Amino acid sequence: MNSVLLFTIISLSLLGLVAALILYFFAQKFKVYEDPRIDQVEDALPGANCGGCGFPGCRNFAEACVKAETFDDLNCPVGGNEVMVTVSGILGKEAGETDPLVAVIRCNGSFENRPRTNVYDGAQNCTIVHNLYTGDTDCPFGCLGHGECVDACNFEAMYMDEKTGLPVIIDENCVACGACVEACPRDIIELRKRNKKDRKIFVSCINEDKGGIAKKYCSVACTGCTKCFKVCDYDAITMGNNLAFIDSEKCKLCRKCVVVCPTNAIHEINFPPRRVKEEEKVEETEGAEEISGKKTTN
Amino acid sequence: MNKLITVSPSPHMHSGQSTSKLMTHVLIALIPAFAASVWLFGWSSIIVVSVAVSSCLIFEFLIQKFLLKKETSISDGSAAVTGALLAFSLPASTPIGMVMIGSLVAIGIGKMSFGGLGNNPFNPALVGRVFLFISFPVQMTSWPIPKGFETSLVDAITAPTPLEIVKEGMRISENMSSVVSNLPSNMEVFCGKMGGSLGEIAACTILAGFLYLLITRVISWHIPVSILTTVAVFTGIMWLIDPTANANPGFHLLSGGLLLGSIFMATDYVTSPMTHKGMIIFGVGIGLITVIIRRFGAYPEGIQFAILIMNAFVPLINSYLKPKRFGEMINE
Amino acid sequence: MLKTFPRGGVHPAENKFSAGNKIIRMTLPKIVTIPLAQHLGVPAEALVNHGDMVKTGQTIGASKGFVSSNIHSSVTGKVIKVDKFLDSSGYKKAAVSIEVTEDEWLPEIDRSSDLKKEIIIDGEEIIKKTLESGIVGMGGATFPSHVKMSVPRGKKAELVILNGVECEPFLTSDHRLMLEKGEEILVGLRLIMKALGVTKGMVGIENNKKDAIDHFTQLSKQYPGIEVFALKVKYPQGGEKQLIKALTGREVPSGGLPIDVGAVVHNVGTAFAVYEAVQKNKPLIERVVTVSGKMVSSPSNLLTRIGTPVNLLIETSGGIPEGTGKIINGGPMMGKALDSVDVPVMKGTSGILLIPDKESRRKKIDPCIRCSKCITVCPMGLEPYLLMTLTEKEKFDRLEDEKVMDCIECGSCSYTCPANRPLLDYIRLGKFNVGQIIRNRK
Repeated sequence: MNSVLLFTIISLSLLGLVAALILYFFAQKFKVYEDPRIDQVEDALPGANCGGCGFPGCRNFAEACVKAETFDDLNCPVGGNEVMVTVSGILGKEAGETDPLVAVIRCNGSFENRPRTNVYDGAQNCTIVHNLYTGDTDCPFGCLGHGECVDACNFEAMYMDEKTGLPVIIDENCVACGACVEACPRDIIELRKRNKKDRKIFVSCINEDKGGIAKKYCSVACTGCTKCFKVCDYDAITMGNNLAFIDSEKCKLCRKCVVVCPTNAIHEINFPPRRVKEEEKVEETEGAEEISGKKTTN
Repeated sequence: MNKLITVSPSPHMHSGQSTSKLMTHVLIALIPAFAASVWLFGWSSIIVVSVAVSSCLIFEFLIQKFLLKKETSISDGSAAVTGALLAFSLPASTPIGMVMIGSLVAIGIGKMSFGGLGNNPFNPALVGRVFLFISFPVQMTSWPIPKGFETSLVDAITAPTPLEIVKEGMRISENMSSVVSNLPSNMEVFCGKMGGSLGEIAACTILAGFLYLLITRVISWHIPVSILTTVAVFTGIMWLIDPTANANPGFHLLSGGLLLGSIFMATDYVTSPMTHKGMIIFGVGIGLITVIIRRFGAYPEGIQFAILIMNAFVPLINSYLKPKRFGEMINE
Repeated sequence: MLKTFPRGGVHPAENKFSAGNKIIRMTLPKIVTIPLAQHLGVPAEALVNHGDMVKTGQTIGASKGFVSSNIHSSVTGKVIKVDKFLDSSGYKKAAVSIEVTEDEWLPEIDRSSDLKKEIIIDGEEIIKKTLESGIVGMGGATFPSHVKMSVPRGKKAELVILNGVECEPFLTSDHRLMLEKGEEILVGLRLIMKALGVTKGMVGIENNKKDAIDHFTQLSKQYPGIEVFALKVKYPQGGEKQLIKALTGREVPSGGLPIDVGAVVHNVGTAFAVYEAVQKNKPLIERVVTVSGKMVSSPSNLLTRIGTPVNLLIETSGGIPEGTGKIINGGPMMGKALDSVDVPVMKGTSGILLIPDKESRRKKIDPCIRCSKCITVCPMGLEPYLLMTLTEKEKFDRLEDEKVMDCIECGSCSYTCPANRPLLDYIRLGKFNVGQIIRNRK
């Protein structure tokens, strides 16, 4: 019996030794050199593989960083400047400063504001609906409400509001990876500059129809009346396609445009409530504040 | 118009077919076999079948409601089919507790752990059956003698299945001709006058169910026919080579769980291939493995293992065997 | 044995309520809206302006490019708007709106109903005439017909197949046209044959239209080279590729066109339009539209001017019945649900169907049980369940390998799915995405 035991031990040890030698030999022979900095950069990245940088995953981005001459086109939106400074520290290069961004939803066609004209009954997917027809309302530009953007979000920064049928962005969680922008078949979601205290002013409508028609479809549509354009002191507002657009780079958050908008299409979010100074304007702003109030609570 | 009209992508018609209707058809097809089992085993058959069906339904409901916390789907009838098939593959004398354990394994492990209906790689009823078969070998291989409502479950008077007779006979190297003399005749096998699981022994009733499933187009002929043909051809060849060591193909076709397995279990939608070509390969595989286990393996019956083994190959078959595309032949 | 295509197909309830009702000429509407994109390809360019007076048959939209088509005024009156109007997709498309004043046709149009049999012009002129008259595929696909009549270099047409299958349930417009204008259709077929330079013509009619089969068999005796075939009733036999397979046994290669196997398929309605264009100088300004549905009080086949609002047709057939849940432009299998009844009838509108509320809603979606029924019914030999899953997971490379672009969107898979899965919805989305990828590659 002992000899059997002995034989087993010896033969197995020998076998293991031979296998180890073979493995060692092949590992040496077929070694692929990889820049160790890639691993270091990858460790510094958030590791969410969200694709916000334009690369399929964090590893690919790290490779690109190591290869790149300058960091002009490379930016990790999730990590923001901090991470890019770390990465540039590892690689000894200069990181370009970028402003943090945040997503906003440019449609306020809730059940209340936008009358439903028919009922969609098919696969619950925005792109399918978009390719088929205008959606449950007459507005051919507005949110379809099937939540493809919410499904695309990897950071739990969005949810569908049951009451309005619209997606809502949770500012704290949003990393501006752009997945929702890509997912939306109607390009409703925009990435805008993140201001302090997450304050936002934007036109919450992208309907390009003429004023009257747009108003008929949705009570809070931008009619392209140019009132905000005229009142803006900073040239931040441009008009085009019967729409006003506020450039988030130029906007100084003065809130003048919000007050003049006749349809409450311009939203101000996360601002302190206004002091009641000008009585005639209070009424007009109420609607907008209500909306902003609703969104800030989330 | 004051009411909102509906808009949806085409097609705007539906055949009216539904999962629960298909499952109901399967249950209807099992009725003849159930009736035969009541005639053969009496109350014990009714008890085993009703316990299996109801416990499958209850376990599915409980797991979906409390463990997975999602909508329950017992109304689709698939759990009832699983329960019925599980009961049919058990001996009529199986204790109630054992039936319930089998149902729990079938639904809990065989189906729900993979994500419920449509996601299970293995036939749940067979998972339950094989679990019981391996865990309780004694109870699972003691077959009461069919005596109708007088079948005694207390006295351990059991009859071996024909396959067991053959296996045992070959083990003690008897000559086949002497073994055959112990066997019930083909006609008796056809009508269920032998030992065996409660639902699988009356071949004629299972064939009646097969006919019903074919007429209602619930299943296609491909899987059952390819299994049975393979078994017949394979055992036929062996029988021709050496009739003294092998049973004849007719006996192989009619005995054991082959018919129930090939018609009701192998054709389970979820665990069988999607294309006709794939179905035939699946069937041939089951047939071969069954015969190999019966003839050379340790167990007298092999259909349940054969189906489970081939179930594992289904994803592979599905990804390699594509239906013939329209316009393909000219392209290549 | 009746001919049919071998693989797949379904047989939905036929419901051809209006098959026995003669074609009725619709009264003229007060205003017509004529879209400038009624065909596949480039939309036409408007030739008229606000305030212009137009006559019936006058060209108001000029075709742009090869795959495009002319648009003609279907009424006499004053152009009140050249703007964007809702079309049947719900989006706004360029259209011309005309206020009808009287019914004065262009003088060169022969309005008599006399049959003109002899063909006096040559093939090229026939194609030119087809292009000028704005004729497109009348079966619903609205592919410009002159393109189909011009054989690309290196290919050779051997036979013309006339599609009288009308496999969609409810629809009877082709059926009625075949019964009432049979001779004209056959002359139209001869014109198409002449344009393509072929001597062989086939007419395929499904066996649920026995009267049309008998009628055509009788008529075809006078026309050598034309054969009439009865086909087994099976959907989607009206699909070009399925019809060619059923009649000739030839299979159009994957990604190819019927001309690759020497066949050209035209709808019977198109043949009739070609006859009218060539022999009577009449452009495509009206078509037969079936208005039907289980609850419609008088299902009918209406000869309607292009641009007539859909609600006028429904009114003529007894109005919208109580409890209507869905209105479909086209057949129930491939037609498009309308979100408004104000849209106009277009060249491809073969029917308007009113579906009761309880049948217009889809049932709850269950998990796929892999019953493989979708594979069995797919006439193109695809695996709809797989295509849907791949689309959901956005695996577009694999989707292309699985031949998603071969899908003819017949809807047999969604129709038959016991779990009510929206297979075609997702396959269409997959096709859309893969199509974009393919276009970007070029």
